[in-house]
Amino acid sequence: MNSLTLSQVTKIYDGVTALDAVGFTVAPGERVALLGHNGAGKSTLMKIILGLIPATAGQIEVLGAGPGSQTARDGTAYLPENVAFHPALTGLEQIRLYLRLRGDDPAKAMALLDRVGLGQAARRRIGTYSKGMRQRVGLAQSLIGNPRLLVLDEPTSGLDPVSRREFYTILDTLAADGAAILLSSHALTEVEARTDRIVILSQGRLMANDTLAALRQRAALPIRLQVSARPGAADQVAAQLAGGRRNGVMVDLTCAHDEKLNRLGDIAALHGLIEDVEIIPPSLEDLYSHFSRRDEA
Amino acid sequence: MTALVRPVAALGATEFRIALRNRWVTITVAMMALFALVLSAAGSAPTGDVGVDALSVTVASLTSLGVYLVPLMALLMSFDAVAGEMERGTLSLTLTYPVSRGAILLGKFAAHMAVLAIAVGAGYGLAAVAALVADPEAVEGLPALWRLFWSSVLLGAVFLCIGYALSAMARRPGAAAGLAIGVWLAVVVLYDLGLLAAVVADGGGVFTTRALPWLLLANPADAFRLFNLAASEATAAASGLGGAAQTIPAYHALISVLLWPVVAFALAVAALRRVTP
Repeated sequence: MNSLTLSQVTKIYDGVTALDAVGFTVAPGERVALLGHNGAGKSTLMKIILGLIPATAGQIEVLGAGPGSQTARDGTAYLPENVAFHPALTGLEQIRLYLRLRGDDPAKAMALLDRVGLGQAARRRIGTYSKGMRQRVGLAQSLIGNPRLLVLDEPTSGLDPVSRREFYTILDTLAADGAAILLSSHALTEVEARTDRIVILSQGRLMANDTLAALRQRAALPIRLQVSARPGAADQVAAQLAGGRRNGVMVDLTCAHDEKLNRLGDIAALHGLIEDVEIIPPSLEDLYSHFSRRDEA
Repeated sequence: MTALVRPVAALGATEFRIALRNRWVTITVAMMALFALVLSAAGSAPTGDVGVDALSVTVASLTSLGVYLVPLMALLMSFDAVAGEMERGTLSLTLTYPVSRGAILLGKFAAHMAVLAIAVGAGYGLAAVAALVADPEAVEGLPALWRLFWSSVLLGAVFLCIGYALSAMARRPGAAAGLAIGVWLAVVVLYDLGLLAAVVADGGGVFTTRALPWLLLANPADAFRLFNLAASEATAAASGLGGAAQTIPAYHALISVLLWPVVAFALAVAALRRVTP
């Protein structure tokens, strides 16, 4: 059974369609990234899943129950975007409160804070925390009570690269234990390696829902070849390869997936003139632009 | 049962801690204590002439003070309750926990009520001590002071709940603060002035005899004043609208004093239910 099943979920606010027949599933242990521009409907979708706002139409099943039901709430953890907590409380007090609200033992607070790397600052007021530290408090509360589904809205915004890595390591552990994870992000490069599937929303519509590899194949975007010429040879290399010159030494080429080997052969033939060649596959950014703009033209 | 009590207790304890840290407890206690002492000092002078014990005179002064100060303190403590949590993003988070909206409100309410009770208790307690030191007969005034205490806390409860409702409706702390001050001015200050003006214009007509008593009872602040003044006949002369108090039975005022907190709490819960986080 899926941890989360959405089918034909539609939300209309005052005549404006925020979500249009969105449907996808998240299985236990699966990490799904929800991508989209600001206003694409990511936060709205998350709030519907959490039962904070009702959907206008469609079916939502959270852990086999309705959104916002006791079963769903007991098993779901949420991390809102830019959550700030009360500045007068310490991290420890805040987590103790959330433990008590879940009917859990408040003595577990310190262990949770240690797990997100806040053990040292646990007794300091949240008002003195950096944005990244506040985000860790949010993450710590989302770990309470072994949730079966985690809904994380921009969880790594404000975190430095090291913290992000630690954050995804924690998520990996949770997913390995069978928790389903749905997270939204703007930082495409980081979800690239750390999630199993990608869902792209644009203007409330589901534009893509697949693994990164499958999306790459479907989009069939050109591959970039970046050739570094030897000093003074850039013009000659550009002319011979019919590529565009970027600066004194670099020549940019693009080709379709099936032309890649031929082009590399052409480049290799010029080995006296070139220093290096870099193959750049379409990035998630490119895929994202491709899928989110597909219908705009 | 514990499923309801546990989150309320947890939220209440946290909210009380926030009130302590934010100096709300200190500020309200200091404010009440200061005003109570000033009124005791001012009220002790004329006792000999009136022939009433010192405390009963102080109670009359404290009633006039409490009717302004208690609603103000309550609104100041409550205007941020919902809007602040919405701004910080913690309201939507708390609502995803297995906790009802009513429980969230009840937790905050319990903590704020405790702060109010401490502040009012400290202020009135000081006044009682001051009166007892000056005049041993002041023991006679203790029942009136006790009545003033619990009715003040109930008056505070009404305005706490009004503050929560405004906070939920405004959705932003700044707007909620403006609304709270507006409501305080309208309900506590301007309402009476309006009634006075109407009474003067009416010249003892139908408005004064028929509508005025009900209009006074409809306002929680006026009901509080009527209740305390009507119950303590020696102090009836202390209020501008005291004349009206004579025509309204004390139990009518009592019903209003008891009913308003319930109505206001229901209003606050309804306002919070309408909030989409």
